[in-house]
Amino acid sequence: MTETNTTEANSALDAWVREIIEWHFNPDTGCQFWLDWAQQAGWDPRQQVQSFADLSKFPHFEDDWLRGGPVRRWVPKAYADRPTFVFETGGTTGIPKSRVTQADFRIDYELFSDTLPDASFPKGSNWLMLGPSGPRRLRLAVEHLAQHRGGICFCVDLDPRWVIKLIKKGWTEHLKAYQEHVIDQALTVLSAGHDIKCMFATPKLLEALASRLEENGSSLKDAGITGIFAGGTEFTPQWNRFAHEELLDGIYMTPTYGNTLMGLAASPPSGPENGYKITYYAPQPRAVLQVVDVDDADQVVGYGDTGRVMLTTLTKEFFVPRFLERDEGEREKPCEQYPWDGVSGVRPFSQLGASTTVGVY
Amino acid sequence: MIHFPILRWGEPYTSLETTQVHHFATGEPVAEVSQANPGMVARDLRKGAERARNALREIPCADLLAMVKKGGELFKSADLPLGDGMQTPDDFVRQQSATTGLPEHMCRMNMGKLEYVLSHLDEVLRSLTRRLDYDILTRGFGEEDGVMRSYQATTPVVGMVLPSNSPGVHSLWLPIIPLQIGLVLKPGPQEPWTPWRMAQAFFQAGVPKEAIGLYPGLGEVGAAVLNNTARSLIFGGTATVEHYAASPGVQVHGPGFSKILIGEDQVDNWEQYVDVMVDSVLTNSGRGCINCSGIWAPRHTREIAEALAKRLGPIAPLPPDDPNAELAAFTVPGQAAAISADIDNALKEAGVEEVSAQYQDGGRLVSRERCDYIRPTVVHCASREAAMVKKEYMYPFVTVVECPQDQMITSIGTTLVATGLTEDPAFTRALLDARNIDRLNIGPVPTVKLNWLQPHEGNIVDFLFRPRAFQQG
Repeated sequence: MTETNTTEANSALDAWVREIIEWHFNPDTGCQFWLDWAQQAGWDPRQQVQSFADLSKFPHFEDDWLRGGPVRRWVPKAYADRPTFVFETGGTTGIPKSRVTQADFRIDYELFSDTLPDASFPKGSNWLMLGPSGPRRLRLAVEHLAQHRGGICFCVDLDPRWVIKLIKKGWTEHLKAYQEHVIDQALTVLSAGHDIKCMFATPKLLEALASRLEENGSSLKDAGITGIFAGGTEFTPQWNRFAHEELLDGIYMTPTYGNTLMGLAASPPSGPENGYKITYYAPQPRAVLQVVDVDDADQVVGYGDTGRVMLTTLTKEFFVPRFLERDEGEREKPCEQYPWDGVSGVRPFSQLGASTTVGVY
Repeated sequence: MIHFPILRWGEPYTSLETTQVHHFATGEPVAEVSQANPGMVARDLRKGAERARNALREIPCADLLAMVKKGGELFKSADLPLGDGMQTPDDFVRQQSATTGLPEHMCRMNMGKLEYVLSHLDEVLRSLTRRLDYDILTRGFGEEDGVMRSYQATTPVVGMVLPSNSPGVHSLWLPIIPLQIGLVLKPGPQEPWTPWRMAQAFFQAGVPKEAIGLYPGLGEVGAAVLNNTARSLIFGGTATVEHYAASPGVQVHGPGFSKILIGEDQVDNWEQYVDVMVDSVLTNSGRGCINCSGIWAPRHTREIAEALAKRLGPIAPLPPDDPNAELAAFTVPGQAAAISADIDNALKEAGVEEVSAQYQDGGRLVSRERCDYIRPTVVHCASREAAMVKKEYMYPFVTVVECPQDQMITSIGTTLVATGLTEDPAFTRALLDARNIDRLNIGPVPTVKLNWLQPHEGNIVDFLFRPRAFQQG
């Protein structure tokens, strides 16, 4: 059954690749960046790319290409008149990487919404967004998710760039104070009679909120939370277990993996039965996650083996071929719900570890 | 394989995340260590810190002293639980040596040192508390010689972020339990052995399990220990010292930059002091903050350097079970090479010469398949301005620096232990007044020879108890 589904998923992916390549490299619809790129490369992807495997003819996408303007070079010609957002990543120092988007974040989060159980994320209930604000995709995406499910989203102010500066300067006291400031905002929202049942939180902020509630003689459950969509930073199985055993008191939590370049990779439920292992599956065919050999990114590693995470984003707004993420993990087999490869044990790529500040918020 | 669980107030907890510690020479895994997560530390401290102190306050200080004294004996000589089985004292020595690179006889020496401190802890505490009646610490107040005294504990538990390199430093936290204050230990990655074994010894001797937490983990677990305890001790490098310099609740133990300062009146007798100098540089493979890394004298520095190089330079790596082994291995890949390169760079300055090189065919860096050694290094510095004079490394390394006596104190920088070789009252007075010197020895006392009855980088009792006014109507 799963094998059949996988074959069908692969066929659908190949067909989607052809459609996306045609879109981005057609002068009538594509964006300036990729049209210029094809001209310089001297080959026509529309001729030569007929399947997902053919994408290996592209070099690895470099996220440095996203630094600076004009950002309109990334907007497909066919969508030039649509309202456009820009989301940023990085930017603590220097020019951040910018991704323009129009509806992708809404589509991605609507697809993700389909994975949420209504019992834990009741339709019509209100949300708390306990994550980064500012020019971030998460801020608007979570708000859209809440609205899509019939709720209203309450947000906090959180500037992750300032947090990174505090970490780099070693201003521990300021860091603690800023975290308390963010948690204060969350507590205020939760205590204000907004009937919030669902929330987004990063692991660190979820832990901090649960701790503060516990200090106050309360809990996430007592505060009315029934479902948590968590993401933004690394999850470990141990943290997942700790959260389930000691913080959540039966509240449903779904870990996710995503960033500004892709949609949102969801994870099937995890628990003691699978050692709290979290396996992420990309929202194929809009995005594909592969686990590739660290020394040869053209080689996908074997199931269960460790490699670097490689992302390909295939939407009509944005084409990102073979981007080597700053993460590594283990390749996982397809499952009933997601008949394509997944990745587990996602963590910062060890060969880049020294230069990456993680666990920001 | 031996597994170290987390101890959550004495209760073992096996984490889903583990790391392995390996034998430095063979690469074989020696043990697997459960890794805590920072939230667990924070939660346990929030829920259990007061309980830890309360459990200890149920037991009079004198009884706790007897327990930890008994714990010291058990630590040194008993079979104690480890993993699924028991650990003999010999196992401990072999295992600690295997993962830290320290020769076995040095591990045994450190084991003896810890037992010695515990067996004399009543004297140590009498000295550090200035013979205060322990009941006053327990109750918070009491009369002494007709005067009301009151002391308030500054914290229910002390956090300890421990190092991997020098097992002797564990002596610093031994007086804490008898003061009825709990312990939260974050062991060094390569040295889970001492905190675990000491905790087991304490438990067997009757110390309540809920008084001790043990949280192996990465740096963020150490940060969680520091962030969630009102008083903590951390061991680290210069960056760590600078990072926590302004934190009154954190006592930082970093590089010692300990020195021997030879006065005008004794420098012509320098040959009498070579043994003191060699002991100060070489003991414990030069890993401790109390090891001497600088010898300052107004003249004869070239001859002193030559004499030290003659004694230290020929020392070469030996197997860890060789009773004559003097050098510990560097077990962190690349660390020794980086240190050696740093020395090469500093040697480029005029007037800076590596005197020990003549005794070391093949150079100071000895690379093995899975570890490295650096042979003892003696560097002569003709000027106190040379960048080399500020160097200290985790092996027997010493600079011999020429400097007029009247400029020594202002030039040496921060110094944990200074041994002043002088009988000159004026120079002795100046050394006594020097605020950049912590521990001071006058006369031929090796920098590594500590008197345990005296405070080390601050009095731990003063750190943990605040004297205050108290009146009862």
